[in-house]
Amino acid sequence: MDRREFLHMTGAAAVVAWLPGSVFAQRAAGRYDNLLILVELKGGNDGLNTVVPYADSEYYNLRPRIAIPRDQVLQLDSRTGLHPSLQPLMPLWQNRELAVVQSVGYPSANLSHFRSIEIWDTASKSSEYLPDGWLTRAFADSPVPKSYAADGIIVGSNELGPLAGGSTRALTLTNTEQFLRQAKLAGPEGTSRNPALAHILKVEQDVAQAAANLNTNYTFRAEFPNHQLGNAFKTAAQVIAGKAGVAAVKVSHTGFDTHSGQQGAQQRLLKELAEGLTAMRTAMQEVGRWDSTLLMTYCEFGRRPKENQSGGTDHGTANAHFVLGGRVKGGLYGLSPALTRLDGNGNLPFAVDFRELYATALDRWWGINSSVALNGKFRPVDVLKA
Amino acid sequence: MKAFARILVLAGVVLAWTAAYAAAPMGFDEARHLLNRTSFAAGVDDINAFAKLTRAQAVDQLLAWTSSRTVTPPPSWINNFESPRRLRGMSEEERKAFQREQFEKGVELRGWWMTEMLTTQSPLTEKMVLFWHNHFVSSLQKVKSPVLMYRQNLLLRKHALGYFGDLLHDVAKDPAMVIYLDSASNRKGQPNENFAREVMELFTLGEGNYSEQDVKEAARAFTGWSLDPDSGEFVFRQPIHDDGVKTVLGRSGNFDGDAVLDILLAQPKTAEFIVAKMWREFVSPAPDPLEVKRIARMFRDNRYNIKVALRALLTSDAFYAPQNRAVLIKSPVELIVGTLRQFRFDTGEPLPFLFVSRELGQDLFAPPNVKGWPGGEAWINSATLLRRKQLLERLFRGQEMRQMPVAMARDDAKAKGAARLADGRERLIRAMTDIYFDGDKWLAQFRPGDPLLARVVLAADPVSPPAAGAQGVDMLRQLVLDPVYQLK
Repeated sequence: MDRREFLHMTGAAAVVAWLPGSVFAQRAAGRYDNLLILVELKGGNDGLNTVVPYADSEYYNLRPRIAIPRDQVLQLDSRTGLHPSLQPLMPLWQNRELAVVQSVGYPSANLSHFRSIEIWDTASKSSEYLPDGWLTRAFADSPVPKSYAADGIIVGSNELGPLAGGSTRALTLTNTEQFLRQAKLAGPEGTSRNPALAHILKVEQDVAQAAANLNTNYTFRAEFPNHQLGNAFKTAAQVIAGKAGVAAVKVSHTGFDTHSGQQGAQQRLLKELAEGLTAMRTAMQEVGRWDSTLLMTYCEFGRRPKENQSGGTDHGTANAHFVLGGRVKGGLYGLSPALTRLDGNGNLPFAVDFRELYATALDRWWGINSSVALNGKFRPVDVLKA
Repeated sequence: MKAFARILVLAGVVLAWTAAYAAAPMGFDEARHLLNRTSFAAGVDDINAFAKLTRAQAVDQLLAWTSSRTVTPPPSWINNFESPRRLRGMSEEERKAFQREQFEKGVELRGWWMTEMLTTQSPLTEKMVLFWHNHFVSSLQKVKSPVLMYRQNLLLRKHALGYFGDLLHDVAKDPAMVIYLDSASNRKGQPNENFAREVMELFTLGEGNYSEQDVKEAARAFTGWSLDPDSGEFVFRQPIHDDGVKTVLGRSGNFDGDAVLDILLAQPKTAEFIVAKMWREFVSPAPDPLEVKRIARMFRDNRYNIKVALRALLTSDAFYAPQNRAVLIKSPVELIVGTLRQFRFDTGEPLPFLFVSRELGQDLFAPPNVKGWPGGEAWINSATLLRRKQLLERLFRGQEMRQMPVAMARDDAKAKGAARLADGRERLIRAMTDIYFDGDKWLAQFRPGDPLLARVVLAADPVSPPAAGAQGVDMLRQLVLDPVYQLK
């Protein structure tokens, strides 16, 4: 099948899938037994050296020093390949459990880390400022069952991101055992009109509820790689195995702001990413959750196609992302990077709005109405098996 | 006419009343509020002394007491800059040893600053150095030179309560900053925009007050600002400087970096951005736009004298307004240093506090990114709140046993990083057993059941008052474990 033809079909299927959803999705109870894991590539991963357009000579013109040589690329098709460090992901690709979405971005891209991740976290337009994360808005509209230990957990970072604001029960965890030991100190219930105090009291309450539901009874046979991201996935996996229930997990992988000396840094980061993701797959298979797990990567932006003088890349726009899980329809989605159509700053145009990926999670994965959380209608990307 | 006269009289009465109020002694609670927001914690004697002063007198007194001199001896290696070139010829083993040494120095550097905060007679200076550290961010993670980070701290210290313009110009050429924001790789024809972008977005104007084109043009002006890799000193490299005409914020000329900084300083938005940030640090999470404009104008008219802006904030009605009391969340460093100072803890090496501060989200000399620690409610999530409580609980449990139980110390000695230090665990355990609180002595300042005690310890009424019959250190522990203790 030709790529263009494939994309057309994707669109048609998505519309069909979406229509009935919009009719019946009025405060439908979400299928929160389907788990969403967001993996943040903090700092802005260089998508062009992650998902490499190795047949495009313009790619090699723009990156004489840091391009991934053609013979090192892990080929996905005749034009597109993965960074060699992503080797552990190849079995998933071959098993068609890995979707690669190219040219993900949004209109009027902002090049500041903080503003752009805020746009992604709140699913706002480039010109609007929203106080709450997109998951927070989704959960406010279609609440997660109260019996769950928490609406979402954040592992390996102190930033709530898509779970910020509102009344979301978001739990920040590094180590479950330690959490349970310390939770005995969680304080009194109460409310306050002082916003700072109200925030602390709410956290105390979330801790008490989570502590009542979490345990570390399950020991995985699956091994997790011994680095920060591996440990974060391990903690997340333990919570999931504990069956107390969470709807969403956010894991952060830090260090992608590669303004200089990119090659070595990205090589390590992508290797850790691939190891972490595959360990998570093995672990979820072990507890029978792989078919109800959807993993998505995201970050504030991609990087500029033209390399800079420091062997690195500056802030860019559109980017490539991964979607994986037992019910993912593997393959290439979106459009190859349009390296000959760069904007005035030398940055890429986008083809898939990031909110279309969010709509996939909301409409198709959880069966809830995405238009509330996303402040508008976005067509899901058809990456899921029916 | 009659009505007008009546309004005049009324206005006169209001003015006279306000003047009398401002000239009146501030009283215990206002003095406590002022001292806690501007230092890490205030003792009952200081509060009583300040209570007799007017707001203006008190703030003038505070500002007059500040000093930029440190009392803690610096680490021994501060004059030995280690050139990154040294790494080149090294074997893998030598490289590892070098990195371990740098890690040790990084810990020593953090310990130096923590000790200064614990012992200084000028806590407001430390609060301002922290403020600027979180404004002009650089991180040891990227700079990788404890020597350069120490020098940057001295620079922030020198200007902490001086002139913002001087601070901006100096920090832009500070070697740690040159490394942190990639200025050294910003060259003519091949600009690196990192510094140019952040200087506008985070250091001066704030987002939305400049264009992408301004960033590009400014980056050209900063070309050639670099570093001598042997001495670690700033150098200007003329051959890679772009000396063409640039247009920044509507002004054109053959600008160099200093000229661009002056253009940024001439923008009223810069003063407003800084004052709003100081407001969030000292007054409340929600700056009053009119007041910010008023104070920013004063700030800019006084050549960006930081003391002028701080004085205006600390004497403003908003600062003392009841709705702005106890609305700020203590940073990890404020919680740790504040507790140790407030209760006059004896401490050994500051190692345990460096680790706990990092666990709480504030690793000194290593903010998470160029925007710094977000602060406010972001300090408190389920993990950090529990860690805060655990710390407080342990600090106030030591009394009965005279020392922190060694077993407990062992538990904490697993703290990440301790293992990377030579004798790290032993040092950590020793430092933890050195922590001592003389509860009886501290409590002797108060009569039994004195309501003043809770007013010193907490910025507002506790959510759950100590259980009836709770006494001594037990009662103190209940007070510090109350959620209100996290507020200032």
